[in-house]
Amino acid sequence: MRKIGIPEIEDIALGAALLGAGGGGDPYVGKLVAIGAVQECGPVTMLEPDEVPDDALVVPIAMMGAPTVLCEKAIGGGEYKTLYDTVSTFYGKPIYAFMPIEAGGVNSMLPIAAAARLGLPLVDCDGMGRAFPELQMVTFTMGGGSATPMAMVDEKGNSCIFRTVTNRWTEEMARAVTMACGGSVSVSLYAMEGKFMKEYGVRGIVTRSETLGSAIRKVKEVTDKTPEEAFLEITQGYRLFKGKICDVLREVRAGFNFGKVMLEGIGDYKGDSAYVEFQNENLSAVVNGKLMATTPDLICLVDTETFTPVPTDALKYGKRVMVVGLKCFPLWRTEEGLKLVGPRYFGLDTDYIPLEERCKGGC
Amino acid sequence: MYKLGIDVGGTNTDAVLIDENLDVVASVKQHTTANIYDGILNAVRAVLEQAGVDRSEIRQAMLGTTQCTNAIVERKNLAPIGILRIGAPASRGIPPMVDWSEDLKAIAVGSAIVGGGFEYDGKEIAPFDAAAAEAFFRKLKEKDVKSVAISCVFSTVRNDHELEAAKLCREVMGEDVHVSVSSEIGSMGLIERENATILNAALYKVAQSFTEGFAQSLADEGVSNAQIYLSQNDGTLMTMDYARRYPILTIACGPTNSIRGACYLSKLKNAVVIDVGGTTTDLGVIQNGFPRESGVAVTIGGVRTNFRMPDVVSIGLGGGSIVRRREDGTVTVGPDSVGYQITEKALCFGGDVCTATDIAVRLGMTELGDKSLVAHLDRDFAEKALAAIRSLCEDAIDAMKVSSQDVDVILVGGGSIILPADLAGAKSVTQHKYGGVANAIGSAISKVSGTYEQLMDYDKIPREEALAKAKAEAVELAVAAGAIRETVEIIDAEDVPLQYYPGNTARVKIKAAGDLA
Repeated sequence: MRKIGIPEIEDIALGAALLGAGGGGDPYVGKLVAIGAVQECGPVTMLEPDEVPDDALVVPIAMMGAPTVLCEKAIGGGEYKTLYDTVSTFYGKPIYAFMPIEAGGVNSMLPIAAAARLGLPLVDCDGMGRAFPELQMVTFTMGGGSATPMAMVDEKGNSCIFRTVTNRWTEEMARAVTMACGGSVSVSLYAMEGKFMKEYGVRGIVTRSETLGSAIRKVKEVTDKTPEEAFLEITQGYRLFKGKICDVLREVRAGFNFGKVMLEGIGDYKGDSAYVEFQNENLSAVVNGKLMATTPDLICLVDTETFTPVPTDALKYGKRVMVVGLKCFPLWRTEEGLKLVGPRYFGLDTDYIPLEERCKGGC
Repeated sequence: MYKLGIDVGGTNTDAVLIDENLDVVASVKQHTTANIYDGILNAVRAVLEQAGVDRSEIRQAMLGTTQCTNAIVERKNLAPIGILRIGAPASRGIPPMVDWSEDLKAIAVGSAIVGGGFEYDGKEIAPFDAAAAEAFFRKLKEKDVKSVAISCVFSTVRNDHELEAAKLCREVMGEDVHVSVSSEIGSMGLIERENATILNAALYKVAQSFTEGFAQSLADEGVSNAQIYLSQNDGTLMTMDYARRYPILTIACGPTNSIRGACYLSKLKNAVVIDVGGTTTDLGVIQNGFPRESGVAVTIGGVRTNFRMPDVVSIGLGGGSIVRRREDGTVTVGPDSVGYQITEKALCFGGDVCTATDIAVRLGMTELGDKSLVAHLDRDFAEKALAAIRSLCEDAIDAMKVSSQDVDVILVGGGSIILPADLAGAKSVTQHKYGGVANAIGSAISKVSGTYEQLMDYDKIPREEALAKAKAEAVELAVAAGAIRETVEIIDAEDVPLQYYPGNTARVKIKAAGDLA
């Protein structure tokens, strides 16, 4: 158990941008929502998963809708109380704690605001250990967990909770409600008991975000090694490539951003070439024609000077980036996990080989 | 008739006098003074002496200034203000100034979030809570606040709640209260737009003093027939009166002016502009004659804003950059610089610091100072330094390009002598004898604009007809602001449909700009 205040939020937001692996949206507005809540209601208590009783109700909090709408309407502040009432009434028991559903991007921040405003603890655990684009892409799916009953509320006080027969229906209904409410809503999904969370959740992920964020912030202060060495050591990252962006190919299909960023080597990689393919998040990294990493391992692009993460929507010609691979949560590497988020699900014609094996012989 | 253009930068205050054919008659460079008026006065005096023209023939005077940026960065002369946000129950989770530093937060005497605001489609989130706004304005009046920032959720889609609040504010607090309205300042993104509006409100005294100071220094020099204009960061001019209402729009006009000046001198409409100063080099892009705007949030004095700013990259390379040889034999240039002390400290001027300028003199790229004072520099050392300068500059050019194709490059600024004439990535490199004062020229040749903004019902007037009408109105506004009709062009047009608004309504915004008469 420990406290999360404003300095911790700053670091978690920066780390969350890295764990977004190119996607997840800019955590900036989310960060302001969390800071606003903590300024008003005080710091948040964060629990380790094992501190949560087995039968306690744990509820992940997120937002759905257009980030541009969130940037204009933000959060009213009353949404989390409405969510609490809606969910606890439905289950007939109080909510014990909130948690994030994903560690990457804006959704890493909102559960902190919810916990602050309700005076409830936040659990150091999520369902991805990164960001993914689709509703069912959480570790809880492997344990038979369901996104519904899903509660949705807006800042005006409108609320609903619904059950669906498939994830496809969940997406349909959630989209309809989101549009009717003005394009951005707060949601709770995959509500679960403590026991289930401990079994399937990605433990310690908020702390990992914070460690990553603090490492990026302080990377220039390290004296005994180069900033790059320090960055790779703390993130336990694999340096896959360093280069200049020489082209970005983009395409929007079915609401997702597809694309490919082409890189020309710099420094030690002069004369080499690489590309990274993405669908909201980065999917694969290929260096000199050789596949070096694929989903579900994290492929992150960071600025070569500041090591700040570069999301897919900020890729532009001339930017110098380092491509870093981070190992994903072990459960994603199982057969069931790979069915949900492995390379073949995203249309890549390759089996999954763990990052550390692909990188064996040097990269 | 003549135009007088002045640009106040961190190091230099430049002035140019331009005739009616837009040819440069005289140009000077003076040091910026701690009290900027002396610097302006010196520059005006010097340029008038050089030109020797009849002062009554100067009909226009344009000033580009960094006063507002400095006031925010140094937290000086900022006025106490009130902040009203319309949008409850939305947006309350992020109170105004939530991530501002404490010293800057202190400018807010009071803030309130009241009911109102809109959805993305123009539907009301809630009716405007005029009673709550009125009560808030009364409190501000009691505390003797003279400036108020008003923002509203989705006011970029519909601004009626903001305008209603502004009217109410003047009724309650008096006609002399300074009201800043967010929809007239920023774009999408409530927090960034509100931040810019708050800064604008806090700058009203600064704006008052520099507009009056400029007018005074002109009058003191006998320039009494001139219309006075201030440069905006989009490359157009605003009147003194408008600058007093929207001082925030002067921020970053320096890079804009230098880009526009470079464009004018080179006659190129699309190019990368490299402005080499004493300490830093700014790179910007000119697209169809206007600076390319930045797509990312712009931070001023630690405050994130989102209003239009030129896309500029700064690197630590200038005429005064210090050149050093490291133990391993490599040669580094900058980022530290002797700055404005170059005429004392550089080797070629008899000083003891090796600067980028000395390298240029040593390699015979320019005639400056005393060549014999740099003759002792090892040629290999000088070549290595030039290679370092080249690589810094070529990397920056590359970062500004949008594709791998080579681009035209325009070199301006006093320090441009340090750059080699052939740069990788450059299709051509253009320099001009007045390149050193491109920013003052940019200020002098700026256009005046008019912006027309209105909700239009396309069921009543078809879209084509409505847009044509709006464009005509914008042209009239530009002409009213002093533009020559024949030169007026539409520089920006947007129409955003409001889906849930009665009828088939859109918010239409057109900006037209033309040359000053």
